[in-house]
Order: sequence, then structure tokens, then C-alpha cells
Amino acid sequence: MSLAARDRRLGWGLVAPALAWTAGFFVLPFAAMVGLSFARMEGRQIVPALDPGNYARVFTEWPLVKGLLNSLEITAVVTVLSVLLAYPLAAIIAFRVPERWQRLALVLAVLPFWTSYVVRSYAWLLVLGQNGVLNKALLGAGLIAEPLEIAATRVATVIGFVHFFVMLLTLTIYANLVQLSPNYARAARDLGAGPLQVFRFVILPLTLPGVVTGAFLTFVLCIGDYITPQILGGNNDLTLPQLILLQLGRSGNFPLASALSVVLMAVVSLAYLASARWLRLERA
Amino acid sequence: MTLRFGISALALLVASPALSQELNALVWCDHADPALVAPFEEKFGVKVNLKEYEGTAAGMAILDGSQPGEWDVLVIDAVDVGRAVEAGKLAPLPAEALPTADFFPELVMAENNTVGGVTYAVTEKFGYNTIAYDKTKVDPADMADMATLVSGKYDGRIAIYDYYLPVLGLVAMGQGIATADITAENLATLKEPLFALKKAAKQVADVVAAQTALATGEVDIMVGGGEWVTAVLAADNPNLDWTIPKQGCLRWAQSIGVVAGTTQPDLALEFVKYIVSPEGQAKLATSACYWGMPANAKTGDVLTPEQKAVLRWDEQAEFLGRAQLYPIPDAGLDAAMQDLWTEMLQQ
Repeated sequence: MSLAARDRRLGWGLVAPALAWTAGFFVLPFAAMVGLSFARMEGRQIVPALDPGNYARVFTEWPLVKGLLNSLEITAVVTVLSVLLAYPLAAIIAFRVPERWQRLALVLAVLPFWTSYVVRSYAWLLVLGQNGVLNKALLGAGLIAEPLEIAATRVATVIGFVHFFVMLLTLTIYANLVQLSPNYARAARDLGAGPLQVFRFVILPLTLPGVVTGAFLTFVLCIGDYITPQILGGNNDLTLPQLILLQLGRSGNFPLASALSVVLMAVVSLAYLASARWLRLERA
Repeated sequence: MTLRFGISALALLVASPALSQELNALVWCDHADPALVAPFEEKFGVKVNLKEYEGTAAGMAILDGSQPGEWDVLVIDAVDVGRAVEAGKLAPLPAEALPTADFFPELVMAENNTVGGVTYAVTEKFGYNTIAYDKTKVDPADMADMATLVSGKYDGRIAIYDYYLPVLGLVAMGQGIATADITAENLATLKEPLFALKKAAKQVADVVAAQTALATGEVDIMVGGGEWVTAVLAADNPNLDWTIPKQGCLRWAQSIGVVAGTTQPDLALEFVKYIVSPEGQAKLATSACYWGMPANAKTGDVLTPEQKAVLRWDEQAEFLGRAQLYPIPDAGLDAAMQDLWTEMLQQ
């Protein structure tokens, strides 16, 4: 056996466990879900079929279409807001906080991660409610005459999400910022660049991989979450995961739930392709 | 000596039912109160493993995905017992072993718990889906008429219970349609009043969210609520109350049965018998998750006067007379009702 053939066999041998894992725990279940999405309900029974009717429902029935639109709108707003807030926070920690305090600053930034997701959402409800901390503070300061209606709205959902994802993005962006050599900025300044130009043409492009990675993670986690919209949104703006849950828990309509899940997977895959392609271009 | 002691200890370990026998029950959250299952575990020397679920479809899916014998006991919406029997999920129960003679007569619910003359489940707890409210913020007289809810007076102060069957039932009763008379044909007439209710509401809430909203003053009224929402909050929020409007209300009921294929039918039956005994009923009625009336009327001897007052024990005769059962839709009507509900949620 040639050396190259032996290397190839060794390579396949090393990769085999990972391939088997992916096949067993992702490819097969996903294939089963895709297969189920073409089945149909007859009464309360699932009947195997090759019926595209569930997909037709997803894209033609208004409550389902609106679920997809709600998910995309909320996710887009949350991702953009989270990046806009996390970047300066990460930059302050990386460039303004003394090195010996940076670890503590990061711990403080991610401290809310240590509490339960559900508890954190209910805590936000107590902050944003009519009689919540925020309204009491604003009323007490005389800034508003009537309590703001925030809880059980899309705004509350976005606030809950942004609070969570700013922490995540801060970590990924900070990791990029601290790796940047200060010589890049110094060189740019020596060549006459102002602070804004240094940021726009040097720091931002070099840290974009971290931003895009964090933004992609935010997108994936946000679009797949149903707890925050359920608790903070007051069930008023159903998202795709909430619709999936309705089909599973209430209707037992697994084929329609599968079709909705495949659409959700497709949206996430598109987001990945968009960010992956963009990253490759930047690296080139 | 050490070896002999070790072998003896091992033999004891293997022989002890306390360490070898487990009962697996698929339940609603009220059964997860440790105070409920502890006496049974102690008496029979077994460990009761509880898994909570919400919605009959979810429960059926769990059973479908399990090995035969994996589950021993099932708690299910009383109106869905027939559906579970049809799916082969419940085993027959010996009717003579159950204390249904001590039950409130309306709660025997033979039409739901028996199929073809065979008993498959027994009612364990019940209550009402009606109107719960904060009596310091709402005029209680207004709550006597469902029409007030959509009059504009309470816009933005209402939560709707997120369960299509009782709320659609209430809306139907508001339109003069009995819950048993809801059909695919007249379902469309419920759309407008349902959407009007949603327009007046601030949120559509599950059990915990509804309790939180009422307790924090986020809303003042809960449509579909009842003692199961207010009773558990009574100590800290004595202002919360509930009433039955002139149009009537719905009666919810949950049943318990033995899962078909269980490998320990005797122990499972003992658990069912414990739950419907006055002692078990008292603990179930005042469970930490939500309170509700016990089906066994003899539980009145075990509950404290304070607990009975919160449950409004003495008014049950009147309440039962004014309550209708949940709609029991066939698969087609059920799907249509859920589609209407989803459409309402997206308004």
C-alpha cells in the first residue's frame, strides 16, 4: 500500500466518528423531518405521502406567513441593535479598561448569562410592566404622565433578546479587538488618518469576522427561540417557533410542524451562506 | 466479615422495593407538588417519577414515542379520555375499586371516563373557565355580563387564557350557542366576537403568564380564568376574585387512568386510588401549581375551612348548575378551531 493511500485511509478513519455522529444525529433525523413534512393528516392520523400541501400552507395561509415575517423582522432588528450596542461595549473593555480589570469587566458583562433564560425573561416582565421598575422610575422623575405600554408587545420581546445577545456579541467582538496589534492604528494615524478614518478603514474591517460570527449566532439563536416572544411578547406576535410549538403541542400536526421547521432551517442556512460568503470575500 | 456484610447489604438492596420499584406517571403540573406524591411513595416504598406535559396532543406524542410499559399512569383532560382509549393508550380500570359513589354526581362523568361500558379513567379535579379579575380595579357588577368585556371600558386590561377550547366555548356561550352545539358550520359566527375580544385584550397568556399578569397588575381581568388562577395567589393577592357571568361558564375536569401496557398495573391502580382518596384529593386540590376542586366530595372532611373558602366549596352546587362542559370536537372541527385560534393570535 502506498504512503498516500495509507494517509487517506488514516484520514477517513479519523473522520469516521465525526461523520457517523453527524449522520446519526443530524442527517438522518433531518431526512426524517423532511419526509414527514410531505405527509398529511387524516383526522388525527399521520398518513405517509408525497404531498407538498404543508409547504403550500406555510406560504399561503396568512397566520403562518405572518409568523415567518414576524420572525425575520424581530431577528433582523435584534441582530442590528445587538451589534450596535455590543461593539462600543467591547471596544471600551478592550481599549479603555485597564488590562488587569478587563477580565472582571467581561465577567460583569456576561453575568446575566448565569441566570436561567426563563427567569431572566420574567424578570424583564417585572421591569417593563405597567407597575414595573421602568415605569415607576419614569413616572417618579416626571418624565411621563401615563405608564408606557411595553410589556406584552414586540418592543418587550426585542429588549429581552437584545439584553441577552449583547452579552454574546460583546464576547466575540472583544476576542477580535484584543488580538489587533495597536501598530495598525498607529500606522494609520502616522499616515494622517483621523480617529473616524482609523476606525472605518482599519479597525472595523479587521474585526468584521468577529462581528459577523456573533451576528450569525445571534440570528440563529434569536430566530429559533420561542420563550422570549411567549413571555415578553404576550403571545401577540406569533413567531415561527411558536407556530411550530402550537402544531406539536395542540394539534399533533407533526407534518405541518415539520414543514415549518424545514422552512426555519432553510432561513438559517441562507443566513449562514450569506455570512460565510461575505467572510470569504473579506479574507481574500 | 467485610465480604459477608457487603453481600448482605447487596441482598437487602436488591430485595428492597424502596430502592428497586419506580412508577412513571405522565401528569399535569399540579401532580409535581412533592407534598402530593410523598405519602404514596412512603406508604408503598416506591419512587414516583413524574413528567409534566401540556396539551393532549403532546401527551399522546410522548406515549407514541415510548416503549410499551415505560409509562404507568396518565393524567388527561377528561373530555379527551375517549380519544386516548381510541388510540389504545389507556387500560381498563376496575370500577368497583374506585370511590366514585363519593364524588360530586356531575363529576363522575361516565360519558367521558367510560367507553363501551368499560371504565378507563376517573375524574380527579375540576374547576371553571370563566372570568377572573381584580375586584379593586374592576367593577364586579360589570363582570356579570361577558358583553362588558368588549364594550371598550376595559380595553388593554384583559388577558385571554391561551387555550382554544374553553375560550371558544365561552365566546360561543356569549353568542347563545351551547358548547356541545359548536359545529364546523357555526364556527364562523364565533370569529367576529373572538377577534373583538382579542382587540380588547392586552395579551393571550398561559397559566404562569396569566398569574403573573394578574398579580403584577399588568391586566385586571382574565377571560378563561377561574379559581385555578386566583386561588394559588389568594394569600398574597386577596383582591383577586372570579365570577360566573350570566351567560354561564365552562367546567374543566382532569381525569387519571392507568396506561395500557404497564408492567405494574396493581401499583398504578394503587396510585390512582390514592389520588382520588380524600387525602390525595386534598393535596391535589391545593397543589402549589394550581388549585382546583376535588372530584371526591368527601375531601371536604380533610380540607381546612380556609381552603374550602378559597375554593368556594359551599357555592359548588350553584356553579355546577351553570357550567357547561368543554366542546368535544371531532378531528376536523378541532383543526378548524385551532386554525381560528391561530388566526386570532396573529391579529
